[in-house]
Amino acid sequence: MLMQRILLIATLLACTQLAFAAGPVEGEKEPLVFDSIEQEERFNELTLELRCLVCQNQNLADSDAPLAQDLRKEIYDMLQAGESNNGIKTFMIERYGDFVLYRPPFQGNTLALWVMPIIILLGGAVGVFFAVRRRNRHLIEQDQEGSN
Amino acid sequence: MIGRLVPVFLFVLLGILLAVGLRIADHKTEIPSPLIGKPLPPFELPVLGEPDRVLTNDDLTGTPFLLNVWASWCPTCRVEHPVIEELAASGALRVVGFNYRDETEDAQAWLRRFGNPYEVSLQDYSGRYAIDLGVYAAPESFLVDADGTIIFKQIGAVTHEVIQNEILPRIRRQAD
Repeated sequence: MLMQRILLIATLLACTQLAFAAGPVEGEKEPLVFDSIEQEERFNELTLELRCLVCQNQNLADSDAPLAQDLRKEIYDMLQAGESNNGIKTFMIERYGDFVLYRPPFQGNTLALWVMPIIILLGGAVGVFFAVRRRNRHLIEQDQEGSN
Repeated sequence: MIGRLVPVFLFVLLGILLAVGLRIADHKTEIPSPLIGKPLPPFELPVLGEPDRVLTNDDLTGTPFLLNVWASWCPTCRVEHPVIEELAASGALRVVGFNYRDETEDAQAWLRRFGNPYEVSLQDYSGRYAIDLGVYAAPESFLVDADGTIIFKQIGAVTHEVIQNEILPRIRRQAD
């Protein structure tokens, strides 16, 4: 029993080692040290929401690209300097445009993006409503014909 | 009767959507720079190979120039290089290099091998200033006018077409 438990722990430890080995460490040789858990959470939140411009379907947290490393470092430095989340996002938008945000702002040129799903959903609901009503009527008619 | 036409209508709509998508697919990875029309962000960078010579915006502005982001690790820069050399040799425009995230020796060896068309190459070893410029891939080129305003950005290689259709007309317009 004890032997099994030791083996299990050893296996789990080996797995975590592997996970670290495969993690994005190149270029970031020293782990980031945060002042507080709150700061670390903000760092995680920002790197999840900001896009890596090199591999454009990845966020900054995911990407191994050198630019993503630079930008993570920049975000870290700004957090350390006491910059707000909005300040950091504005900094990125001023340099890379709205595209850097995974959640695009609601404005003129993104209107279709935000409104279209609602329109399609409503359109679908209306379609279903009429289809069901027609079918019901049909069934009632059939019923009546059957009972006659 | 009209109900029958709905699928046809939807199909045509989908076709239009896909056609538009195909047309813009080529440029999908190009992100329009928010810096167009804005002044070149303030910098203080050493000259490649002369670490003691530090240049700022004032050292470069006065006449229009092309700021060409390059690196020895960038294969497309090699493809683009003859065109940049031709542009610099034509005398139509000053060409300033921007060596991005590169080892000094590698960068210098690269220039020795492929030629050095640059008036001067700024060295951004850390890539910090490149963030201010919104650089996300090399090569990239910024056309800066006499006042130090960025008036055009080329993402990817500068070609003869880009020089003829985008760069030269813009500096001619400025000169008028």
